[in-house]
Order: sequence, then C-alpha cells, then structure tokens
Amino acid sequence: MTDQPLLSVRDFRLEFDTFDGVYRAIDGVNFDLIPGESLGIVGETGCGKSVTAKSILGLVPTPPARVVSGQILYNGEDLLTVGEERLRALRGVEIAMIFQDPMTYLNPVFTIGQQLVDVILAHQRWRPSEQRLNRAQARDHAIDMLSRVHLPNPERQLDAYPHQLSGGMRQRVLIAQALSGNPRLLIADEPTTALDVTIQAQILDLIAELMGEFDLSVILISHDLGVVASLCQRVVVMYAGQVVEDASVTRLFSEPGHPYTQGLLKAVPHPGRAASTLSGIPGTLPNLYDPPAGCRFQSRCAHAMPMCTTVPPLYAVADGQRVACHLHAPEASRAGVA
Amino acid sequence: MLELRNLSVHFDVSKRGKGKTIVRAVNGINLNIGRGEAVALVGESGSGKSTVGKAALRLVDTTDGHILLDGVDITHLERGRQMPLRRKAQMVFQDPHSALNPRMNILRSVAEPLILHTALRGQALTRRVIELLEIVGLQAQFLYRYQHELSGGQKQRVCIARAIALNPDLLVLDEPTSALDVSVQAQILEFLKTLQSDLGLTFLFISHNLAVVRYLCSRVAVMYLGRIVEEGATETVFTTPKHPYTQALLSAVPWPEATQPKGHAPLVGDIPSPVNPPSGCSFHTRCPFARERCRAEAPTWRALAPDHLVACHFAEDLAAS
Repeated sequence: MTDQPLLSVRDFRLEFDTFDGVYRAIDGVNFDLIPGESLGIVGETGCGKSVTAKSILGLVPTPPARVVSGQILYNGEDLLTVGEERLRALRGVEIAMIFQDPMTYLNPVFTIGQQLVDVILAHQRWRPSEQRLNRAQARDHAIDMLSRVHLPNPERQLDAYPHQLSGGMRQRVLIAQALSGNPRLLIADEPTTALDVTIQAQILDLIAELMGEFDLSVILISHDLGVVASLCQRVVVMYAGQVVEDASVTRLFSEPGHPYTQGLLKAVPHPGRAASTLSGIPGTLPNLYDPPAGCRFQSRCAHAMPMCTTVPPLYAVADGQRVACHLHAPEASRAGVA
Repeated sequence: MLELRNLSVHFDVSKRGKGKTIVRAVNGINLNIGRGEAVALVGESGSGKSTVGKAALRLVDTTDGHILLDGVDITHLERGRQMPLRRKAQMVFQDPHSALNPRMNILRSVAEPLILHTALRGQALTRRVIELLEIVGLQAQFLYRYQHELSGGQKQRVCIARAIALNPDLLVLDEPTSALDVSVQAQILEFLKTLQSDLGLTFLFISHNLAVVRYLCSRVAVMYLGRIVEEGATETVFTTPKHPYTQALLSAVPWPEATQPKGHAPLVGDIPSPVNPPSGCSFHTRCPFARERCRAEAPTWRALAPDHLVACHFAEDLAAS
C-alpha cells in the first residue's frame, strides 16, 4: 500500500431523516482504492453498499440524507465538501457510474446516438477549449465508443431505440456512455444482476478488458461473491452500514476473518461442487433506527461475547486483511480463537 | 408423476394487418418426472422454462402434445374442472411480494386454498394454518400480519405454506429464491430439501442459477429456445456436460473462490428470437463447434448413456476433443 490511493473513504457516516426517526444507514466506513485496482464491495440488501457508492458522486439527495462525518477523498480532494459545481465537472470526466438495470438509465424516447452524443457534448464544457469536440466529432466518438464495447454494427445502433436492444447490449451502451469522458474511476453498481449468466460473463470480461485499455480503476458493487471473485483483486464486505472485512480476494475466500463473511461463504451454493450442506445466517439485519451498541452483527453471531458491545475497530490480521471483529483483537488471536 | 409428451406452447402475438407473428416458446419437449424426484429446468431467460412450468399446471394453453399427471391426460382440462388438479399440483412463484394479496393477512392468504377445497372453517381452519406456518418455520404471531410487514424470506415461506396447504404431490417452483439474499436463500433451500424428503414431494424446479440447482435437484434438463438440449442426472450433467450450450452455461458461472476455473470460451451474442428461430439446430448461431450439418438438420434427441440424453449431432466428438 505504498501507492497514493485514488479514492479514500474515511470514517464516513450518513443518516437519513425520516418520519420514523433517524436511519443510521452508513456508520463509519473506511476503505482505500489504489490506482489500477478493482475493488469489490459485497453485502446483502440494506447493508449500505449502494448508498456508499452513490455518495462518492454526490448522488444521494440531501435531505433526507445527511452526512454526519467523514471524508471521501478523490486525489486528495474531499468530494463531500467540494460542492455541486465541482462534482458536475468530475462526474463522467473523472468518475463514472453504471447501474443495475440498463433500461431504467436509458431514455426510451431518444435513440442511443442522441443520448450518447448528448453526454459527450456535456463533457466538453470541462475540457480545454482547443480540445472540445463539435457535434460531428462527438458522433464519431460515440461510434468509436460503441465499437470499443464490442457492440455489433455501431453505426447502425446509433439510430436504434433502447427497446430494440437486448439487456446485454443496453449494458454495453451504458458502459460506452460512462467511459466516453475517459474517466479514471468506474463505479459499477450490480452491473450484471439483471442479466443471464452467459451475458454476465461477457460483460465482466468486457469490464476487465476496458480496465486495461482505459487505465481504469473499478469499484464493483455486488451481492454475488462469484462475480466479485472473478473481477476484483480486493473485497470490502459490508454489513448494516459498516465495513466488517477488507481483504484480498485470495485471503477472503481462503481465510475469511469475520463471522459474517464466514457465514456468507457457507450460505452460497457452489456451482462446481456436488451438493453439500448449506447454512443460512440465522436472524435478520438489526434495526438501523436504533442500532445495537457495539458490533452490529452480534445478535446473529455464534461467537458473540461481552466485549462485542464495544465497537470493534478494523484489526489488521495479515497480508493487508483487516477484520472488524474482537476475535481478532491481539490477545484473542494469541488464544487461538478465530 | 408428471409426463410431458412432445409439448409445444406457441403464442400468437400478431398485430392487425402485420401478418402472423408466432412466439414459439416451447417446441416439442419430452420430460418425465418420477414421484419424489426433484427435477430442474435451467436455461437463459427466453428459453421457455417458465412456460413449461405454467403449461404443466394448465396456467397457459398448450398448442400441441400432451401433459399427463399421474397417468391422467390434463392437456385440455377446462378451467371449471381444474379443482382436482390444483389439489395435486401447486406452484411457487419468483416474486413472493406480488404473489401475496396485500389486502389479505397471512391467515387469510394461507387459508384461501383450504376454504376453496376443504370443509375446514373457524377454529379448525386457523389451527391448520398455524400447523402449516410451523412447517415452514414461522410462528403463529404472523397470522394477523400483512405481507408488507414481512421480509422477503418470510413472504416466500408463506407462499410455500400456501402451496403445500392441500398436501399436493407436485410442486412447481419458478425461481423461488432469486429475489432473496444469499443468507436467506440458503435457509429456504435447506428447508425445501427437508420438505422434499419429509413429505415425499415431487419438484419441478425452474431456475437460471446453476449452483442452486446442483444443490437441490437430482436431475436436470437444460433448455434452449424452447427445446431441451440435454438432460441427465445432475452430477453427470455438471461434471461431463455433452451439449456445447450446457458447457458454455456452466463455464459462464463465476465461482465463489479466489481462482476461477479455466473453462470454455464464453458464448458470444444473445439468445435469438423465438419468433423466428434459426434453422436446423437452434443453437448453431452461437455454437463454437457449428458445422454445415447443424444449419441444415435439427439434431435428434438421443441417449448417450441410459440416463443422459442430448440433442447435438456431434456430442461424442466434442466429448472426445
């Protein structure tokens, strides 16, 4: 970790003010992304992974959301305080995002070409005046982008409407749109969840290929451990608004440190092995209007102990693996509990 | 238990003045499911797997072929005479949220089939519903709650309780866990497995998730564009897939492991439209091994081993290479 991180989320806390009270969605999230890395964020519904990702681009409406504390540093610049004008200059040009359902993010009444060219022209405002593209050049750039995401007949597809494309092709269009501003960081929020496995494999291959081509760093958000394992080098596991584990893919699957990660791995059926037993994680997510003191996983944890009522820090375990569980406190690890 | 003979389901989606447009969702499939078996139907979206499940329960009309349930031909059973069928066979849908009436409490939802089919009323009815909820692992405290007060996993349990209320022999499960988180999915899968062995139920399990299928089912049929392309014991199909589509499907699934398996090349392109399926073998447009014969001639459905059937001209050659 000698590299200067491209993105650094530090002690990020975010709450939603609702009629039912204050919902503590994100509670002290910390992670770094080094340039060229692909980082996976995994967790189940409601763990805060999407809110964290959207916060990076300032896409969470405030109110109802309220940033309580923390910093999101991009190249040293705190995205939480730079203001809307600066964020607009960063979106698409420095940081881009793709989403789960490609149909929802394409306007059904405009052609692919109109939408791509619009986005490309919108980026020109932030470029030095001598490098700005005019409409015709933007159109050429759009065709170039579509061919780089391997969409067949890019020129003809410019005149197609979103409903004429399949789900996989739409996701390719969105990726082309996201990368048209040549960003450094791509945030992919469940990019393959709505797709079939064969198409999912194509899209994951494409993202991996474009990472090299565009010198991209990627944050991939997914609930699917297999997807994360096939694309990412490092994984952050979130639970109830907190980071519970941060480890390399190798380490996470061989030596999962947090009881939640261990439970998650035991709950996933394996496509490559004969049926063995599965075990779910008993219980449900804690109520985030009134979260328990200390570790948020304690009510579902088989290893819960009195110490768990205090918030566990991210203990460094090995090889850059960090685990937010008191089982990994220095004295506990000496006793051999893990 | 359930026998599908040369079953075809076509939908006429013609628009006025634009000529005939027929979606060939299911095209002459044969499938036998023995009593107590758990058979999976897998394939990409658009392969027709859900339509097969619906046709088996007479929820859509068949175009051609026969459906036999316990030896009785139900292919043309009219709506008014389907009550006995519903006692024998029930369905669990993908999205438990839309499968439950938001204006009915859980008691009423689960009691619905009992009210329609049995004479149980009042206290006895409530007691039976409590029993059913216990089978699926829910306490009686849920009786008077409404679906919006339940989590996804709890709702799917309610749907299962409703489906098993009449002690059916056959359960058609259409992607029952794809809307759920993995930790909840694991609970439901474990529960389905015990349910199947304890009650001796027969499952037709429709899924695109191959890992789930490998965990739950003993036999698997792979569908592509309305046809079954490979069928066999789950372990056989997963370890020695013979059809190039099955091979591609299996190699596309990412493993929850640090090192991914070195598999076959991923499939290119999308599934063709069932309105105008390709000639010959319908997979030839995406098949890396397609030859001249595949474009011209549809492969026959043949047995490679007693319990391993495949529809591919060159299955043996591919296995050898």
